[in-house]
Amino acid sequence: MLFRSKQSALAGTLDNALNNAPVEGRSPWVDARRRFFRNKAAVASMIILTLITLACIFGPMVLPHSYEDTDWEAMSMPPTTLNMHFFGTDELGRDLLVRCLIGGRISLMVGLLATIASVTIGIVWGATAGFIGGKVDAFMMRLVDMMYAVPYLLIAILMVTLLGREFYLVVLTITVFSWMDMARVVRGQTLSIKSKEYVEAARAIGVSTPKLIFRHVVPNLLGIVVIYTTVTVPGVILTESVLSFLGLGVQEPMTSWGVLIEDGTGVMETTPWILLFPAGLLSVTLYCANYIGDGMRDALDPKDR
Amino acid sequence: MWSYTFRRVLMTIPTLLLVITVCYLMLHATPGGPFDGERKVSAAVMANLQAKYHLDLPLWQQYLYYLKSLLQGDLGASFRYADWSVNDLVAKALPVSLTIGGGSLLISVLIGVLLGTVAALRQNSIVDYFVMLLGNVGSAFPSFVIGPVLILVFAIWLGWMPAGGWDGFDVRYMILPMALLTFINVSTIGRVMRGSLIEVLNSNFIRTARAKGLPLRTIVVRHALKPALLPVVSVIGPLAISSITSAVVTESVFSLPGLGKLIVNGASNRDYTLVLGLVVLVTVVAVLLNLLVDLAYALLDPKIRY
Amino acid sequence: MSLLKVNDLGVQFQTHDGFVYAVNGVNFELDRGQTLGIVGESGSGKSQSVLAMMGLLAKNGRTTGEALYKGKNLLTMSPREMNRIRGDRVSMIFQDPMTSLNPYLTVERQMTEVLELHKNMTRKAAKKRAIELLEAVRIPEAARRIDMYPHEFSGGMRQRVMIAMALLCEPEVLIADEPTTALDVTVQAQILSLLKDLQRDFGTAIIMITHDLGVVAGLCENVMVMYGGRVMEYGSANDIFYHPSHPYTIGLLGALPRLDHEGGELMSIPGNPPNMANLPKGCPFSERCSFASEQCVNELPPLVPSTAGSTVLRACHRPAEQLAQLSEEVVHG
Repeated sequence: MLFRSKQSALAGTLDNALNNAPVEGRSPWVDARRRFFRNKAAVASMIILTLITLACIFGPMVLPHSYEDTDWEAMSMPPTTLNMHFFGTDELGRDLLVRCLIGGRISLMVGLLATIASVTIGIVWGATAGFIGGKVDAFMMRLVDMMYAVPYLLIAILMVTLLGREFYLVVLTITVFSWMDMARVVRGQTLSIKSKEYVEAARAIGVSTPKLIFRHVVPNLLGIVVIYTTVTVPGVILTESVLSFLGLGVQEPMTSWGVLIEDGTGVMETTPWILLFPAGLLSVTLYCANYIGDGMRDALDPKDR
Repeated sequence: MWSYTFRRVLMTIPTLLLVITVCYLMLHATPGGPFDGERKVSAAVMANLQAKYHLDLPLWQQYLYYLKSLLQGDLGASFRYADWSVNDLVAKALPVSLTIGGGSLLISVLIGVLLGTVAALRQNSIVDYFVMLLGNVGSAFPSFVIGPVLILVFAIWLGWMPAGGWDGFDVRYMILPMALLTFINVSTIGRVMRGSLIEVLNSNFIRTARAKGLPLRTIVVRHALKPALLPVVSVIGPLAISSITSAVVTESVFSLPGLGKLIVNGASNRDYTLVLGLVVLVTVVAVLLNLLVDLAYALLDPKIRY
Repeated sequence: MSLLKVNDLGVQFQTHDGFVYAVNGVNFELDRGQTLGIVGESGSGKSQSVLAMMGLLAKNGRTTGEALYKGKNLLTMSPREMNRIRGDRVSMIFQDPMTSLNPYLTVERQMTEVLELHKNMTRKAAKKRAIELLEAVRIPEAARRIDMYPHEFSGGMRQRVMIAMALLCEPEVLIADEPTTALDVTVQAQILSLLKDLQRDFGTAIIMITHDLGVVAGLCENVMVMYGGRVMEYGSANDIFYHPSHPYTIGLLGALPRLDHEGGELMSIPGNPPNMANLPKGCPFSERCSFASEQCVNELPPLVPSTAGSTVLRACHRPAEQLAQLSEEVVHG
């Protein structure tokens, strides 16, 4: 018989599909990780960023200088091995390497905290808006639109002027203007998840709304949240350094990369390394963070699957 | 179109009101702020503040008076300088900022669209690599890193240009700051234009245009450019807002006496009312810019029905 | 000299894993007023072969062989020469009317530019002519609607606009790439009868690409059946429909629902369309053909007359007589 009936043909197709399928099931996360580690630029960026972070944490403990002590033998000294001033010293004879690492601690710490805060706000805001929908959604998203239309740096400046420049206030100020991207994305994703069968099933058996959001919707947002978190990090670090550069970030004797760059700008005519080292560190960090973000997106983006 | 414009204009009002109200209330709530009883300022400033902000009235009346004076175009009194109102300070600083910021935005739209177009038409050419490199560098190196490096190279090492400052409208003082702002904007516009033109050129209606026998130039100019420009138009809004940020930084880096410098100085002097006035002013400008961009988009895209 | 003569046309695409051979050894001839139907599943190479003739392949595409339009090879022409022919002497209707018209230009602009370019008409004269053609494809209130944008038209109307646009210069060859696939059945029938009328009025030769055998039956004199980038069977529509002698053609016909007789279940061809990057050494259909022998898998069957002196060409190792009985069953129930 040349032709089989439709049914057996279907069975044949199924058979075919089963035979072609890989023998063991792979979770999408394993898949994504494999894709990410194949991306050399992203992996290299990750290694560099880890090294910078480790250096910021442990470097100051190992090096024989403190970030505010003056070395009277070496003032405005270019990079040298003398007294282990590998990045040189500033005009007060303070070791630049240690200052850069301490500054890095602050910059990375602000970046980390503000990212966590804004990601949390963004998820809760977006998931709530998307899940409740209707007028509440319209109002909440309208607020997000408004935030976008506002020149945030100026308001941040106003906030810092009014509230003061304590570490946690700087984090707060940055957070206020960093959560909107996440809220938008999460809302969009929530809207699409909301209409999926398993959510409707859960709703049908009477699961309460907050429980539904956190048990069913949030876990399914994970991929997109990871992508946008990695995108948020460089933005937040950048905002912190802009504020510090303008003299509106953390206060002396605390320091951050933005503060160091600002200091360096003042004396770059005679001692350019005081500018170039922190500027380089910040740029490398931002560059790596961007690459990791790209790598995450490529690895997790459902469009490419 | 008119009703769309009208509705779109109406929609800006809540945004403006929200920003103004929040900032005003924040200022009020600040201990040691301008509206606090225990302020130590000169008698002349006191008199100015009293005249502008009606401090003896209840809060809601103060607020309404404030809104009224804003509507009349009065941005308030300085908390530090008795002889200068916020309007006076703005009048001196605004032309500088407009020249640098507006000028460089115009130039960067031109250059960015041009570079992006060439890059999209000649993929993997030198121009293409240049645009991609620019996009990469622009997203990783912040303006306050590139700015000082520009000064270091062109002003200090090469000595071609002054390292900063302002002298009337002497062009030599404008080149470096404008170059910096243009660079940052071109890196975004070029990348967006390149991407969107490539996408448009791969679309079905471009294939139709080719099947008609149209020469490449007509295809690009008549068929591809307009749809490719839409994403560019929609990034100009956010770009203009981030331009305000970079303008603040740029004016700081090059010590230009513009609005950005004014607000940073105001902030470090704790000249609260000056900062408030400037924030309100710039917010209005930003919201209006967004409005213009939206209207331009609606004009370009026949599919948007009003 | 025939209007269009295609000799051993091949299309290859360069990919990460080397070349993919999308079309191999396609031959046909087309004269004034004739209609050729090219039938096949998606991925059979039917669209790529005509896109190649129009110079519209994707950037990584290459061609071999020749496609002679009045003796001139379309495949090796300079872009300049090509632009003089396409849109004027040879024009094309695309599959998806929703995306094939420029959404940012009015229909008027998109139509008049063709006449301005090829016929040196003024914009005004061109508009008049464009309105005439819109009326010819039965668009109501053409004079008013011509100034609208494509999104203001329905799908069927847009396809009519596409057809009118393709006919503006009264081309000698009209290539229609699945012109009715995206449309409702009733609209399909309207568009097809429209094409028939236009062919009668203008004497245009038509290449109709479709996976719908009903379309071919109603419109075409000759039919070419393609599979896996190769021609399986080529002959007059009558021969192909009433005396199919290739297992694939028989399979296609068996999968066609029919109203004229009580039949059992519809037949379907087992398996999936072929993976173009990884075709068998022999006949591309051998993977799904129940008649396949060792020879079919290993040795490519040549495209030859089915019996001595026959006008039907077929590429199959199995003798035609062996399949005749089966074809009887399928065609006549």
